[in-house]
This record gives sequence, structure tokens and C-alpha cells, in this order.
Amino acid sequence: MAETPETDRGMASSLGPGPATSEVKAWFVREVLPLEPLLIRFFRRSGRTDVEDLRQDVYMRVCDAAMEQIPHPAKPFVLAVARNLLIDRVRREHIVSIEAVENLDALNIATDDPGPDQNLMAREELRRLQLALDKLPRRLRAPVVMRKIDGLSRREIAQRLGVSEKTVEKQLTQGVRALADILYGESTDIGSKS
Amino acid sequence: MSEPRQSPDARGIEEEAAEWLIKRRDCEEWSEADQAALDVWLAQSWAHSTAFWRLEAVWGRADRLDALRQQEAPRGFAQMRRRVLPILIRAAAGVAALAVVGVPASMMLLQPELKATYTAPLGGRQTITLRDGSQIELNTNTVVRVAETSGERKVWLDKGEAYFTVKHDASRPFVVIAANGRITDLGTKFFVRRDANRLEVALVEGSAQFDENLGRKTARSALLSPGDVVVATASSLSVTKQNGRVLKDKLGWRHGVLIFDNTPLVEVAAEFNRYNRTKLVVEGDAAAETGIGGTFPANDVAAFTRVAQGVLGLKVKNNGTDFVISQ
Repeated sequence: MAETPETDRGMASSLGPGPATSEVKAWFVREVLPLEPLLIRFFRRSGRTDVEDLRQDVYMRVCDAAMEQIPHPAKPFVLAVARNLLIDRVRREHIVSIEAVENLDALNIATDDPGPDQNLMAREELRRLQLALDKLPRRLRAPVVMRKIDGLSRREIAQRLGVSEKTVEKQLTQGVRALADILYGESTDIGSKS
Repeated sequence: MSEPRQSPDARGIEEEAAEWLIKRRDCEEWSEADQAALDVWLAQSWAHSTAFWRLEAVWGRADRLDALRQQEAPRGFAQMRRRVLPILIRAAAGVAALAVVGVPASMMLLQPELKATYTAPLGGRQTITLRDGSQIELNTNTVVRVAETSGERKVWLDKGEAYFTVKHDASRPFVVIAANGRITDLGTKFFVRRDANRLEVALVEGSAQFDENLGRKTARSALLSPGDVVVATASSLSVTKQNGRVLKDKLGWRHGVLIFDNTPLVEVAAEFNRYNRTKLVVEGDAAAETGIGGTFPANDVAAFTRVAQGVLGLKVKNNGTDFVISQ
């Protein structure tokens, strides 16, 4: 299968089944995404406000590396990438903050507790989703609830809310982003008992 | 903000990713051309694909929220009551009489948490965790109803396929009812698949009792040990032993994949068609019997057709709604 070197990754073109890409994706979703609260906390504690940007860079770098070989275990690798990225940035900005970089180790230890068992997690998951839903701005919550809990279509939601389908689409678009930030960014209590 | 290097990039890309995701997952119109455009966008940069995957993962997690859809009367409840209640009453004979008379009302009104309907849409999956910790994983196009009482845990597989991981509790039997079959767990992992004219039960771990219900009498029963696969049709019932790998392959769907081992194309097509709106149609006996091996994403018919075309040299014609495969 031909590769497409003009993209920024050695990924098979969209026409190739790209088993490697699907493996990277599965790995990314299963093992990297759950580390996001940790990453966000690390960057925030380091005094960064360009957290989304840093997060994106970490994801790009780890997926790029994973195309060669999927790193196991994921966590030390992802954290090392984050640390190096931060060092790069800090150097580039001529701000010395080694202290902040070192905090990662403390954070890391704090999240090494054995996780709760699967069943607890499944119940916990539902509770977390509910809490996240509650945190959504009311304007976004209604369409998300109608879509995810009531299982309504975009058209039905538009009719119930008395808005256009385009508006519903936009609200869902904002809704999923807000939900991601709530679930990954702010749920700092997950996985850490410290 | 006095941020030295606040890149608008990440947020901008995320917005685009969200627009793609909602268009694809939640809007009615989604064409092949849209998919192709999305594929191109995703392939452009890791920033694009990771942003998309991240939101896709969250949006998928949010599907679990439909477990909260309980206040709504379960669809087909009236019908269910007619069909299932006699069985329920019979089954509950040994349980407190209260449970018997109390069932319909408590299901609907008094204790709605006792009774719930769960569904997985075409191409979807869902994992349900019961209060005792037992888990039910629903495969594509599946409906189950669950009733938990203090004396019993009961699941009706109305259609589709599910994988059960049961926390054994001798004082609260776990019973699955599907078509004419009834499975009673004795500490178990097993799956049940219900097709139009066929019921398949396979025991992965532990032990379970399988009973065939015909009318009011239990016609046949078998005590299953790991590897046992029961196939019941209207006219026959068989129990065969399968090795672990075969069972594992059959459970590929739990990870979103279909696993084939020299499986005739016509059966492969039928499998894909359980998961996708775009159907695979096989034309001609020669093509139908072509053996297929490999692991494929269950929700990506197009990827499979590319393999059929590129690797197997079959002809694939996309007629807009279906893929027609021929030799």
C-alpha cells in the first residue's frame, strides 16, 4: 500500500485500510486519552495557559512515534514526551522553571494507585457522565440530553426546541467539545487519590 | 492574556473535528463523498486525527447515558407483558408471591430501577453493568430487558447478541431468556446470539444450564462446560465443543472487529450486514464460496470491499446503497 509522504505523518492514505493506523487509534483512545487529566494538570501546574496547544502537540508526537512501534506501557512514554515538550517550550521562551517540570514525577506517583475494579468503573463512568452533563451550559445541555438520553434525531430535537436543524448541529458541536473538556480536562480527581 | 504563544491552532482544529464528528454521527445526510473528504482531512495531520478521535471517544462514551432512559415506558411493553409474564410467573413460583403480583406495577411505576430496557443500535455496542457487578455487553442491533429482584436476576434477549459476565450468587439466580432458550448461570461467562430462526449459546467460562422451552414444558436441557456451543433452531438442537480460539473469534465484536477464518464470502457478507446500513450483496456461487480470512473493523464495509477488490481480485460495484460483490 502506497504511503503518502506529503502529509505530516507516515500514515497510509485514506484509501488504504491502514491496520497500523487503526491500531494506533485503538491504542490512543484506550491508553493515551485517559492520561489527559494528568497531562492537563501537569501543564497547568507548570503555569501554562496554552494547555490545549501543548496537549495537541503531545498527541501528535506520541501518535507519530506509535506508527513506528506502539509504546508499552503508554504512560511513562506519554509523560516523557510531555516533559520534553515542556522543556523545549520553556527553553524557547527563556523561562527557567525546572521546578515545574519536576512536578511531573509527583503527579505520576499519585496516579499509580491500582484503579478501581471494572464494575465500579462502569458505574462510576455513568456517574461521571451525568456530572459532566450537569456542568454543560443549559443551552448545550438540552440538545445533548435529547440526543444521547432520549435518542432523538437532529430533526426531532430542532422541532422540540423550536430552532433550526443547523442550530442543533452547532449546539451538538459545541456540546461534544465542552463535554470532552469537562471529562478529560477537569476531572482531576479521577485516578488520583492524593 | 499575556500568553507568549497562544496558538489558535488547537482550538480551531478541535472545532473542525467537532463539526465533522457531529455531521457524521448525528446528521441524517452523510454521503460517500463526505466520508472521503473526512478521510482526507484526517490523513492530513495527526493534529486532525487525534482531535477527531478524542471527541469521537467522548461522544461514544456519552452513548452510555442512554442507560438513563428509563422513565419512558419500555417500547413493546404491552406485548412483552403478554408474552413474558406467564413465563415470569412460572419462574417466580419458588420466589415470594409478592414478587409475582408485584411485578407489572413495580416494573413500570413503583420501582422503575428494577426494570430497564437497553438497546444497541445498528453498528453500535453497549456495556451495561448491573448493580451486583454483572456485566452485559450488547452487540449491534440488540435489545435486552433486565429485571432485578431480591430473589432473581433476569434478562430477556429480545433480539441480537450479548456477552454476559455474571457475578455468581446462589441466592439470586441469573437467568437469560432468548427465544425458546433459557440459560441459568452457575458462575459464568457466556454469549447468546439470537437470529431470526436460530439461537446460539456458547459458554466461555464457568458452567451454565441450558433449557429449551417448548410450550410449558422444558423440552431438553444440557449442563454446559467451557467451549460448549448450543445451536437451537425450530427443528434441531445441537451441542458441540469448540476450541477457545473459535470462541474468541466469535467474540471479536467486543473489540469492534469481525474475525474470519476461511469463512465463505456469503457468510462474511451476512456478518457485515448485521452491523451496517450499507449492505454487502454477493452475486454468483463462485464468489459466494470464496473463503475469507482476517480481521476487519465491523463498521467499515468500505475497507472490506477494498480488500475484496485489491487482494482477492473480486469485482465490487457500489450502487449507491449497497456494495455488490461478484467474481
